[in-house]
Amino acid sequence: MTIWIKGGEVIDPRMGIQKRQDIIVEKGKIEKLLAPGSFELPEEGDVRSVDATGMIVSPGLIDMHVHLREPGEEHKETIATGSMAAAAGGFTAVACMPNTIPVNDSRSVTEFILGRARKANLVRIHPIAAVSKGQRGETLTEFGDLKEAGAVAVSDDGRPVANSELMRRAMEYAQFFGLPVISHCQDLDLSQNGVMHEGAVSTRLGLRGIPGASEDIMVIRDILLAKLTGYPVHIAHVSTKGSVDFIRRAKEGGIPVTAETAPHYFSLDHTAVIGYDTNAKMYPPLREAEDVEAVRKGLAEGVIDVIATDHAPHSPLEKEVEFEKAAFGIIGLQTALPLTLALVRDGVMELPAAIAKLSCNPAEILNIRGGAIEQGKEADLTIIDPHAEYLLNRGIIKSKSTNSPFLGKKLKGKAVLTMVKGRIVWESDELSPRSR
Amino acid sequence: MYKFNHKDLLGIEQLSVSDINLILDTADAFYEISSRDIKKVPTLRGKSIIALFYEPSTRTKVSFEMAAKRLSADTLTLSANESSMVKGETLIDTAQNLEAMNPDIIVLRHPSSGAPHLLAKHLNAGVINAGDGMHEHPSQALLDLFTIRKKRGRIKGLRVVIIGDIAHSRVARSDIVALRKMGAQVTVSGPPTMIPPDIESFGVKVVFDPARALKNKDVIIVLRIQLERQQEILFPSLREYSIFFGLNQELLKGAKADAIIMHPGPINRGVEITGDVADGPFSVILDQVSNGVAIRMALLYLLIGGGRGDNLD
Repeated sequence: MTIWIKGGEVIDPRMGIQKRQDIIVEKGKIEKLLAPGSFELPEEGDVRSVDATGMIVSPGLIDMHVHLREPGEEHKETIATGSMAAAAGGFTAVACMPNTIPVNDSRSVTEFILGRARKANLVRIHPIAAVSKGQRGETLTEFGDLKEAGAVAVSDDGRPVANSELMRRAMEYAQFFGLPVISHCQDLDLSQNGVMHEGAVSTRLGLRGIPGASEDIMVIRDILLAKLTGYPVHIAHVSTKGSVDFIRRAKEGGIPVTAETAPHYFSLDHTAVIGYDTNAKMYPPLREAEDVEAVRKGLAEGVIDVIATDHAPHSPLEKEVEFEKAAFGIIGLQTALPLTLALVRDGVMELPAAIAKLSCNPAEILNIRGGAIEQGKEADLTIIDPHAEYLLNRGIIKSKSTNSPFLGKKLKGKAVLTMVKGRIVWESDELSPRSR
Repeated sequence: MYKFNHKDLLGIEQLSVSDINLILDTADAFYEISSRDIKKVPTLRGKSIIALFYEPSTRTKVSFEMAAKRLSADTLTLSANESSMVKGETLIDTAQNLEAMNPDIIVLRHPSSGAPHLLAKHLNAGVINAGDGMHEHPSQALLDLFTIRKKRGRIKGLRVVIIGDIAHSRVARSDIVALRKMGAQVTVSGPPTMIPPDIESFGVKVVFDPARALKNKDVIIVLRIQLERQQEILFPSLREYSIFFGLNQELLKGAKADAIIMHPGPINRGVEITGDVADGPFSVILDQVSNGVAIRMALLYLLIGGGRGDNLD
């Protein structure tokens, strides 16, 4: 079947441009890009047309930081439900962190994840393997074997590599295999027992604080290790003004470092915790207004390359408890797009630049395909209605968990159609495409 | 007549100045009952109160229970080590099971900040916060206000210093909020490791050195040093703490001649306060304990509905 996507604003994030074009998809590939209205229906064969007038057609979105919880915590999420949430959020590919049970530190776990992904058969799943065995920060995992099995990067996300020597050797050794190294920056001594950002709000609520410096210190360390080894480091979920400033200076000094932030760090600050809302508890914690401003500026200036969700599903078992006992993390796959579009509306970034942070930039860092709409390439596409307004409720959420601080909030903008390799994996009810 | 319109008492933060005045006035009326020969009135007959204590407590636990009994309510106190809290039941489950027995008030002491807020969200019964983590201890702050008002005749315009581990103290937070609401000036004092970030946002002044901080103050509140804090690298030793931050006779020479000295208890004699000061003429520490019963009687009475103007006895 041929799919004819008509009249949408097609984004080329690499070139930073958008223009009205029709797209013809055939046999899983982008067959043609052409001026609107110039496509002539063939004499025979099925053609499905999708009216994308007033909509954005983007390269399939890529989320380089999610937790899919399988194996081990299937009550929170499975690869199948996570894939559905990703597709509904407009993502055609996600990279899943290794802190499963057991940890993804071996070929067998990586292969298991990929097997489940094939079974779910919705979006592309790229496993990220652990840096250290069991994420214990002691010895390296088998990077070569893991890469051959399908891992696209290494990270001890959730459990930072505290040992600087181990981190250095990981970066040196990863170079041989060309595996990106992703660092979760947290000084575990400084953040000890902390449950929210340290500041006026933690003082008021009587909750133990996590100072911004506990992130900054490790960001500086990893920048210095990138300088020492000459190998790039990717900084996960940047939340502080300090991190943004240090990464900016490192980039200016030619040190190979890239960075991501999550939508909540440019949308919310620590006041969201007031009332002891456990859906506002995550690591790193929501920071202060000036940090939020710095993250937004970092995105605008290209200091922060990527927007990634850090999608971290938890069930009521982990969240409907005392704040101190509650698990860290929130879901994000279905809120990333509307929150990013809000940045565009606020004038922080142009649309193509925002889309780049959700597509070609993560693809480049992870060295995976995607991030462009080009003739002859596999058709991974997301059609976005930037005007759709809706309340985020449990019915909309496809994830197995609903731990989101945006629950009950009004959002604007959504993915109405998600296509992976030419196959439609998500289609919103509002879009009523006509077949001929 | 001003009405008390709260289902729960979660913190001082939610109370207005009128609320606080009403509680103090009500406590005044109840205070006398405790000195009677027969220390009991039928005011809350037929009402039931459950106290859940997830942390050890002597004063607060006994005080609430005494208050309830003097008002003829049926009371039941559960401590963490004797209930299903140790069997892994969640706080919400425990509370809902208790609620199924239809109590009027649940009094909660819990090591996690915000635990009473979680409970209040899930229960129809009123919830009284009897101390949550490092957050608030509202009945303590109210009895402190009550004590100050009784001793000094007013609260507004008084100068108060709080010395000790401000960062980890729920008493400090509730006292600060309560005193500021009632128009007192507040200074906090202690080693910088024990002064939390942005405490100035509460409208208090920070003076690390107690010798300087207690000058010209009408009220000196000394906080307990929790011995387990030694593991947290907040100070090198109790010995050094007592030398530089403990309240002793020598330090007291610099204070106003009529300053009153308060402490929420339990006291570590020789650490944050010397025995002679705690037992000395300026100390009102035991008055605080007596006043606590009256304050808690007032709270139970107002929360169960006495604020609607029933007869006091």
